[in-house]
Amino acid sequence: MKVLVTVTDVAVVDDEFEIDGLDVDERYLTYELNEWDDYAVEEAVQIAEAGEDVEVVTVTVGPERAEEAIRKALAKGADRAVRVWDDAIAGRELLDAETKAELLAAVAREEEPDLILSGVQSGDDSFAATGVTLAEKLGAEWAAVVNQLDLDSEADRREASGNASDEAASSDAGVASVHRELEGGVEELTDVELPAVLTIQTGINEPRYASLRGIRQAQNKPLEVQTLADLGLDEGSLETPLRWTATYEPESEGEATVFEGGADETAGELAAVLREAGVGQ
Amino acid sequence: MTVLAVAEHRRGELRDVSHEVAGAGRELADATDSELHLAVVSGDVASFGEDLVREGVDAVHTVDYGEEFNHDVYVQAVEQLATEVDPAYLLVPHTVNGLDYAPAVAERLGLPIVTDAVGMEADGTLEVTREMYGSKVETTIEVDADRAVVTVRPAEWPQAPKGGDAPVEPFDVDVDESAVRSTVTGFEEVAGGDVDISEADVLVSVGRGIEEEDNLDVIWDLAEALDATVSASRPVVDSGWLPKNRQVGQSGKVVTPDVYIAIGISGAVQHVAGMKGADTIIAVNKDPNAPIFDIADYGIVDDLFEVVPALTEEFGG
Repeated sequence: MKVLVTVTDVAVVDDEFEIDGLDVDERYLTYELNEWDDYAVEEAVQIAEAGEDVEVVTVTVGPERAEEAIRKALAKGADRAVRVWDDAIAGRELLDAETKAELLAAVAREEEPDLILSGVQSGDDSFAATGVTLAEKLGAEWAAVVNQLDLDSEADRREASGNASDEAASSDAGVASVHRELEGGVEELTDVELPAVLTIQTGINEPRYASLRGIRQAQNKPLEVQTLADLGLDEGSLETPLRWTATYEPESEGEATVFEGGADETAGELAAVLREAGVGQ
Repeated sequence: MTVLAVAEHRRGELRDVSHEVAGAGRELADATDSELHLAVVSGDVASFGEDLVREGVDAVHTVDYGEEFNHDVYVQAVEQLATEVDPAYLLVPHTVNGLDYAPAVAERLGLPIVTDAVGMEADGTLEVTREMYGSKVETTIEVDADRAVVTVRPAEWPQAPKGGDAPVEPFDVDVDESAVRSTVTGFEEVAGGDVDISEADVLVSVGRGIEEEDNLDVIWDLAEALDATVSASRPVVDSGWLPKNRQVGQSGKVVTPDVYIAIGISGAVQHVAGMKGADTIIAVNKDPNAPIFDIADYGIVDDLFEVVPALTEEFGG
């Protein structure tokens, strides 16, 4: 079995920052493995640990900078990585969900995974649409916002049904039984035929910390860089009618009374407010 | 031209976001001199359709197929309906279910998709306002195309007001069952347990700023001194430090206490959706730009590990 995990590094903005043109000034940005992808990597590694002969491959659309996040995924247990980048991609201001999915789909067609895990969204632009778009491009099934996943292999299913020859009733590749985290503390239970793209929600597992051994091993795991040409794509595949036209700090709608001074002072003022509201009496 | 907005329902109830996406749709229809059509797929479509007839709605299309949301059915139904109605803009709620079909519909129809809109302007071309970096900045995306799919953030637009006399028209879809490769088998309530935070008068709510599980002691101490209940934002629950029944927000509980003290909580939109109805909101956060200060009544910009013990001491803890 092969599991493909889409990972990205995301920009995190400092508390204080300035905007330069269309984006936050690079000086105020630090990059890290996208939180949702960290959970997706963990889920894939757990599948590999529970099964036999499971390969976990990560795929990233990103510049060389992203290799730090990729190595982190490798250190946590992914087997190898593919990074898609090209001068033509670097020249783009907006990498929208459809374009990202187009690039990821080209890799997925080569890798032919049984299962693709993708974070629900990235922490910076938060489109939350790449995984489902990718599934549709591949003609695969999907489920969005998954916070529990059980893989039911075909062999298990036959065993459970007590009839080893009863293959006609289900698909060849098996089924993923998932919980989708809906709003308001409700989960939807859904069976999804494989191959499928599942977008993974935070909280589905407890992502491990990379061990020192894992970090050392990651340095020697294969990390392959692919250009548009390598993937059989041209610049036309990057075309989109979406234009990023402006970025600005929203006007604060806040009317908060902010207490200033040392902690003893501010805590005292806040205590007065709480007592006024009848708290702690 | 036409704007087509798709409603959302779950377990027999039309969700409020259906009327909000209709409100957003009416605004966009006014700006583009268009008709506003609504669609509802699956469930008790006759009663849903009736409820969707509101002021500013020109037509309601109902697709009577199945009970609950299934994305494989929705993709086919909305694609066929869009082909028939030919909308310039297709609006879908930016919800867990909206995200489960809107991108696939856009891909199938070859349309661009812009997600999580908090504003839309249409002056010849559509310009969508959205947020980045956890609400720290707003951006505008211009859609250089005649048609697009937009997912609309819940609670950003007012609900379409009751009234109106739009026709409710059943729409027959031809669903290819072999393309339905997922099955909804049930629902599970996950926020039950020993404590109901939605009943609390005073909540001491803790977020990512607490950094480590062991640090939660300062929160419990404050809650005890104030005779308050402890709740949390998502990262604390994801980390397993507090159970799901204490989570405030879109995927957790909606709370309306007299006093809500947000400690080390940045105030992401999903969290705010669960607590903005509190009478008095107090925020303690070291980031002066944290969005929580936009909705707070009182704030302290400081290290919570300084402020919280000092506050506990004020109440004899």
